[in-house]
Amino acid sequence: MPEKRIVLGNCGATDPNDIETYLGKGGFKGFIKARDRLKPGDIVDQVKKSGLSGRGGAGFPCGLKWELARNAKAKMKYLICNADEGEVGTFKDRYILSHDPFGLIEGICIAGLAIGARQAYIYLRAEYHFLNDPLCRAIAQVKEKGFLKHLDIQVFEGAGSYVCGEESALMDSIEGKRGEARYRPPYPQARGLWGQPTIINNVETLMNIPHIIANGAAWFSAMGTAKSKGTKVFSVSGDVSKPGVYELEMGSSLKELVMDLAGAVDIKAVQVGGRHGNIIPGHMIDIVLSYETCLGPGAVVVFNSKRDIIDIVHNNMHFLNDESCGKCTPCREGTEVMLEILGRLRGVEGAAGDIDALEDLAQTMALASLCGLGQEAAVPVLDSLKYFRAEYVNRIEQSLFLRSYLGEELSKSKEGER
Amino acid sequence: MTKETSSITSGRAELLPALKRELKKNGCLTREIMDTVAGRSGLPLNEIYGVATFYAYLPLAPLGQYVIKVCRCLPCDMKDAQAVIGGIKQELGIAPGETTADGKFSLELVNCIGACDQAPAMLINAKLYGNLTPQRIVEILKSY
Repeated sequence: MPEKRIVLGNCGATDPNDIETYLGKGGFKGFIKARDRLKPGDIVDQVKKSGLSGRGGAGFPCGLKWELARNAKAKMKYLICNADEGEVGTFKDRYILSHDPFGLIEGICIAGLAIGARQAYIYLRAEYHFLNDPLCRAIAQVKEKGFLKHLDIQVFEGAGSYVCGEESALMDSIEGKRGEARYRPPYPQARGLWGQPTIINNVETLMNIPHIIANGAAWFSAMGTAKSKGTKVFSVSGDVSKPGVYELEMGSSLKELVMDLAGAVDIKAVQVGGRHGNIIPGHMIDIVLSYETCLGPGAVVVFNSKRDIIDIVHNNMHFLNDESCGKCTPCREGTEVMLEILGRLRGVEGAAGDIDALEDLAQTMALASLCGLGQEAAVPVLDSLKYFRAEYVNRIEQSLFLRSYLGEELSKSKEGER
Repeated sequence: MTKETSSITSGRAELLPALKRELKKNGCLTREIMDTVAGRSGLPLNEIYGVATFYAYLPLAPLGQYVIKVCRCLPCDMKDAQAVIGGIKQELGIAPGETTADGKFSLELVNCIGACDQAPAMLINAKLYGNLTPQRIVEILKSY
């Protein structure tokens, strides 16, 4: 299957600084239709029927989320666009925001109508500070055209925190607190920002909305697999000759993406879904990309045969440990202990019980962590143990051999070096 | 002090924007600044400190005029970010976490900056630089 550019359709085809070019390509047709011809309930209905699911990684049905917020009784409702793209290996939202801010703003305008929000925030990560001014200028142009009479859109910039991409931590951050995950329920649709019903959608999710409204739910749901509708934007990096952003119909194969499009040749493994994404070994490259299999936010990092799996998993864990907000024990302590074990394995200082300890911890973290960070932190550890167990076993055997053969002297001199 | 911090408005919602304004003005969030923010917002100092220390981009100690943030995550690491860090170390004579004696540059290693398609990548203040090599580093640093 070749690339299918719907979300990215206007990227490169319009001038991100000039709304006229966007209008010239049929921009805001979806919004005008939603505003003039559809009732809010009909908009929600269309999105529900389309089968659109959240593109930030969790894959929650978008229409259902909207319906819950729409039906919630409150004086004030909020809409948040999550542009805190912190997942390692993900840069699709940066690409979208740089090339087609108007598409995103149109999506926000429609979402505002649907749920009855009067205030919207675009939570932009601090690392993308250079996109703040262009985005504000785009919002001003949309306002001038009279498309923002029902809604105020503010860009709220983060201050450098990965976990703030998690929706409850993100709301705490806007409220001026440490960005820590909240206990749920209540869910944001019932009690979110400032305790009011709130919808949080990823940039890419909102980019789909104008197309769904303009072309109809049936058009959208005709694309994809049974449970994954539409297209997905992927960020491909690592050992490929053409790293970049690619959009494919849901249900395309990983092989098409990384080999045919991104030009990978030598593939030991591919990590799909960011730092807590699945690790797919090279022999499973034909796997289909969908919510049913593996997807996440669409971060795809390719590793060639020279890469060491334990190095990869260790670097992952270093990141997750650093970014854990520290509120819940399984994540805070679990990532710490895993990092320690993986660090020893990496330095050929493994111990006999290391694999068991990793597997034990993984279970506890998945069951007991507050948010996705801790719940999924061990996914790459478990996947690598499943597909590359021999590398772990070898490393432990090497460690045991080194210690027994070289004895105490070596470990003493090593300690001295530190 | 009153004049300098007059932009701080009260209330929790304004806290992060207020801290960022102070950062822009003063370069870092010292104890004195946090004290003043606490006074203005009516929030206890420990709350302000808690928020300031949570976020990676809110430094408590002074940094150089230009802060170099090199990405240390996997996609950049795989494309030899280490050589880039080495190049900067050699050119400026500072290690990660340090500031040059003239106060011009600080070097930091940061988590993913969302530029994996142009790895290895870095930010200098808010400007993004990708596809770095030790040679390019020298040219870029000279332009500052």
